[in-house]
Amino acid sequence: MTEDLYEIIAGTTLGKLLASHPVAADFFVNYNLQNLKSDLPLSEALDYADENTLIDFGLDKATVLDQLVRFLQTVAEEKQTAAVEEITILGGQTKSGEAEEFTLSIKPGEIVSIVGPTGSGKSRLLADIECLAQRDTPTKRLILVNGKTLEDEERFAMDGRLVAQLSQNMNFVMDLSVEEFLEMHAKSRLHPEPERVAAECFAAANELAGEKFTPDTKVTQLSGGQSRALMIADTACMSASPIVLIDEIENAGVDRRQAIRMLAKNEKIVLISTHDPLLALIAGKRLVIKNGGVHAVIETTPEERESLAKIEMLDNTLQSIRNRLRTGGRITPDTI
Amino acid sequence: MKLITVAGPPSSGKTSVILRLADVLRERGKTIGVVKFDCLTSFDRERYTEYGIPVQVGFAGKFCPDHFFISNVEDAVRWGTEQGFDILITESAGLCNRCSPHIRGVLAICVIDNLSGVHTPRKIGPMLKFADIVVVTKGDIVSQAEREVFMFNIRQVNSSAKIVFINGITGQGAFMLGKHAESASETTSLRGYKLRFTTPSSVCSYCTGETRIGEEYQMGMLRKMEFP
Repeated sequence: MTEDLYEIIAGTTLGKLLASHPVAADFFVNYNLQNLKSDLPLSEALDYADENTLIDFGLDKATVLDQLVRFLQTVAEEKQTAAVEEITILGGQTKSGEAEEFTLSIKPGEIVSIVGPTGSGKSRLLADIECLAQRDTPTKRLILVNGKTLEDEERFAMDGRLVAQLSQNMNFVMDLSVEEFLEMHAKSRLHPEPERVAAECFAAANELAGEKFTPDTKVTQLSGGQSRALMIADTACMSASPIVLIDEIENAGVDRRQAIRMLAKNEKIVLISTHDPLLALIAGKRLVIKNGGVHAVIETTPEERESLAKIEMLDNTLQSIRNRLRTGGRITPDTI
Repeated sequence: MKLITVAGPPSSGKTSVILRLADVLRERGKTIGVVKFDCLTSFDRERYTEYGIPVQVGFAGKFCPDHFFISNVEDAVRWGTEQGFDILITESAGLCNRCSPHIRGVLAICVIDNLSGVHTPRKIGPMLKFADIVVVTKGDIVSQAEREVFMFNIRQVNSSAKIVFINGITGQGAFMLGKHAESASETTSLRGYKLRFTTPSSVCSYCTGETRIGEEYQMGMLRKMEFP
């Protein structure tokens, strides 16, 4: 298989290869090979490549082709994300070594919140899911994927592709406009229509953000809330990872309910560690963590869902006070 | 004894990653030693010692750090074996991005950080290209999207490496690195081993201390640019 592919690629002209695999362009730039003759079969074109350039990278003609084939294969593999129909968490032990008795299965589109005092072990649970613990982490928990335990090989093969993580600090360091940034991400995900998905993602981000922004805004100039909105929309629309772990994204500036729903709507398994009552109750189930273990699994009751509306009103009130202060207004007892 | 080489640009988080890895390995009852290869100064001796990890530090000074590494690594292994460690980790900085301490048959780790910019993986040479495992740090402060683009750029340079994201402060992700570390092969001596990539070549008048500029002072191996 690989050998066939090797032959095919060696016999293809650079022009054709780039037309069918635009992703390969950067590969050549990486090795200072951007000026290869594009109308010759690659194996011949490489004969004209500067030998010293190749040597500097520890390459020769054969290894360039070899690496290119491997790169295209890896990229193709990465594109097909493992189909996750369900993950199951089986209890291990608490900080003091007592048995943690619970089992929980989560399916795509479901939201589970994780609540508990700071330091109780919420992040540990997220870490267990991230590494797909097989009774070998300090908590001794077991994570099943599609009902099965995993060998180390399978865990390595998944290579962190299963889990996307939205953390508390979310900054951008690239110096790009929002539009360029989204298209770059779409391209790296090998999306067939990068411009379309980038536009969709932009619209979704603006729905979440309190203050609107334009496609040509630099990502580094976005406010905290806008960055977060962009990031959540991006994870929902573009990230291939089927599991999303969210670590305390309570800060103001984003429509949290809509953010979480957007992720769940895109058939992701969403786990949120939170102190925010609104987020805790949006979830269908919540895990209560105590002393490093899951103390209880609580299903959100219809009554709680009703209260959610009230909590939302309180939240809106607080938000309007915030906005009033922001815009130079004054607060009187009747504005509350 | 298992030997692991760790390299990465300055301040990418190599020491933190090694400390978090040590946590995981110690939990499994392993003993660890570290040999830190540095240039001029290092504060890492204190960090390792505070952590109860036996450490040796060497300074390359005016020598090419890569040459310094390769001419001392055998002695490092001898030290580690004598001390009876289960795992010996060598830590060195990839200072010119060409430095690559990776040895064939020895588990090779390259540490880079998300804050250095999404294009950085493409600017790092053999140290990244020939690593078995690429550890990415500081992912908690950038977006998921940037992490993904970063990972994609690593793939372009090294399509076979395992990529592991580690939070050097909380240790999240270190567990998987621990799993990889356990798969490192046993090394008692480096006799007959080979580097994965050549060290930067040298031996010219400037290598031996010449400071004057001019054709007449240039001797030995030289490389000239072509100007139109």
